[in-house]
Amino acid sequence: MRISGAQALVRSLQNEGVEVVFGYPGGVALPIFDALFDVESPRTILVRHEQAAVHAADGYARVTGRPAAAIVTSGPGATNTVTGIANAFMDSIPMVVFTAQVATHVIGTDAFQESDMTGITIPITKHNYLVKTAEELPGVIKEAYHIASTGRPGPVLIDIPVDVSKGEIDYVYPDSVNLPGYKPTYKGHTKQIKQAAGLIAKARKPLLYAGGGVLASGAWKELKELAELMQLPVVTTLMGKGAFPEDHHLFVGMPGMHGAKYTNYTITETDLLIGVGVRFDDRVTGKLSSFASKSKVIHIDIDPAEIGKNKAADVPIVGDAKNVLAAIVAELRKMGAEPHTDAWMRVIDDWRSRYPFHYHTPEGVLMPEYVIERIRELTKDRPTVITTEVGQNQMWSCQYTHIREPRTWVSSGGLGTMGFGFPAAMGAQLGRPEHLVIDIAGDGSIQMNIQELATAKINHIPVKIVILNNGVLGMVHQWQELFYGERYASSILNQDIPDFVKVAEAYGCLGLRVTDPADLDATLLKAFEYDGPVIVDCRVPSSENVYPMVAPGGSIDEMLGGIPGGPVSEMLDDELLEEVWE
Amino acid sequence: MHHTLSVLVENKPGVLMRVASLFARRGFNIDSLAVGITEDPTLSRMTIVVSAEDTPLEQVTKQLHKLINVLKIQDLDPKEMIDRELVLFKVNAPPERRHEIIEIANVFRAKIVDVGKQSLTIEATGTSEKLLAMEDLLRTYGIKELARTGKIALARGSKDA
Repeated sequence: MRISGAQALVRSLQNEGVEVVFGYPGGVALPIFDALFDVESPRTILVRHEQAAVHAADGYARVTGRPAAAIVTSGPGATNTVTGIANAFMDSIPMVVFTAQVATHVIGTDAFQESDMTGITIPITKHNYLVKTAEELPGVIKEAYHIASTGRPGPVLIDIPVDVSKGEIDYVYPDSVNLPGYKPTYKGHTKQIKQAAGLIAKARKPLLYAGGGVLASGAWKELKELAELMQLPVVTTLMGKGAFPEDHHLFVGMPGMHGAKYTNYTITETDLLIGVGVRFDDRVTGKLSSFASKSKVIHIDIDPAEIGKNKAADVPIVGDAKNVLAAIVAELRKMGAEPHTDAWMRVIDDWRSRYPFHYHTPEGVLMPEYVIERIRELTKDRPTVITTEVGQNQMWSCQYTHIREPRTWVSSGGLGTMGFGFPAAMGAQLGRPEHLVIDIAGDGSIQMNIQELATAKINHIPVKIVILNNGVLGMVHQWQELFYGERYASSILNQDIPDFVKVAEAYGCLGLRVTDPADLDATLLKAFEYDGPVIVDCRVPSSENVYPMVAPGGSIDEMLGGIPGGPVSEMLDDELLEEVWE
Repeated sequence: MHHTLSVLVENKPGVLMRVASLFARRGFNIDSLAVGITEDPTLSRMTIVVSAEDTPLEQVTKQLHKLINVLKIQDLDPKEMIDRELVLFKVNAPPERRHEIIEIANVFRAKIVDVGKQSLTIEATGTSEKLLAMEDLLRTYGIKELARTGKIALARGSKDA
């Protein structure tokens, strides 16, 4: 039977098991939306801005591990997706973005709503396609989903001219792809794995440094097995949060600019850093030359280009984290390796007890850290997904949440995209309908995609937005206070504008406000129990900064704020280490 | 240091742009780039000359490998490669000096491919060094126009077996 290109697209999505499409129609996208109109699955969610469609697909992928789809029209619809695509690219999130395009015979003529989307997105996609004929469309979609979700995942864009959507074909969905230039390495090199196991067995002060790659690979079980077998302390990056249970005694926090002092001391002092699915990002390493400078480095990543990019690896292992970690565990078992990190853990625990995160609460003032602590405690016994916006709200969320389940933490890492958290929360809610989904937001970030309240309300997506409303662009404000002589250029908002409670109500959602810490628990619980989207406007002081903090370009063990202490050279109890080791 | 990369790619629209834009956004300046189809019409070979230190170049080749359309990359060893470039020189050639220019062309085994009233056009092939030497000599007469293909190169065949 002959079907249209647009119908072929919909069938291909069904063949790929895509459950949900986030989209926004327009002139040349009409054939595609017309075809979607006929089907129950995938379900189409109409957003209010194309950027939100991509962030929602992103959030969905982060909590399910499966790529969703975003479908938008040409020109402005397509260019509006660029930030979302760049965000997914930086964080290696699988998705396929379909942009409609003007008809093939007018491409290149500056036609109405024409933009060169394959050209624009080359640097921010894993791969992209301009489809020239309806016949090639099913094969391209097959390839796109394959590329997006294998190897190091990432976004793929497919640009579809309107005559391709309208063209008629005999539909056949290919069952395999032929990509001679794309062969990710999954299995680690045996020799390197042996070498890694040998180093781990001997190290006195080893440290696992796990990132988003562990979640992408689904390797959290293997990570835990390795950590417990050898009693290795574990740090997880912002992208890796949830890859290791944060209430585990071996968990040592998030490293980097706003990590805990004890976490950064641990990295600075380790003698064997085992990086798994990490990229030694500058927000983690601070000054590279002093990052883990006493340490040998094992670096496991599926992307060979990450290994040695920022930090040289003594044992580079290209492969899938799940495979490689399992192989290292097997090797250690074969060797009969015994854990001997007792002394090391005592040193770390000593640091941990002396340098926890802390904040002061002036009488009757609602502190942002307290809001997050209460969210953490009130959701302890229920499956919860936390998303964040970007800035102080995100860093406090990193510090004060304890993520225990993989893929329940959704935050924009590499690109640091304000406006990500709320649409990502919608995607996450659709991916995990049984979970309570909370977006921890700032009053700046939330206004970047606040129009999605309509999407959430109309489609019954009951996400809870908790705004830490301090009336300023908090992180910018903090940097201006510390590094720009308290000159608050363009960082002052206004706590009362907009009135977030009224905004919520205008969209048919529940709006709540907290100013007194005594009311917080009851208000949060009311929000969590409410069957629908909620905004909780928490009025917090603008003077509160995120501490501790590594000054930009500084060494990570020399931190501003927090409990005084450091650098690590002054902190180490060598005697304890020697005593227990002997 | 100059590196000559021989990059085998799928012969598809946009591949040149993907490769070129990767070099640009990683901060590398391409000295020359020549591209053409190979013995297999579905494949093209790009010969790219870049000035770069070894470590940053390794990062670029790793990034290049990640392009779906790139099949194979060789960083050719200057001692183990054959490289050639083709240049067209349009040289000022008043009738009384033509014979000198023709002589130079002969020394370099180059061909005169066009004769004008006041100019000669010479086609020369060879290594970049040879062509530079020739350009230097011809400059005395005044080079009106010059076009070069950019270097193409292949690894030498194995000497054993």
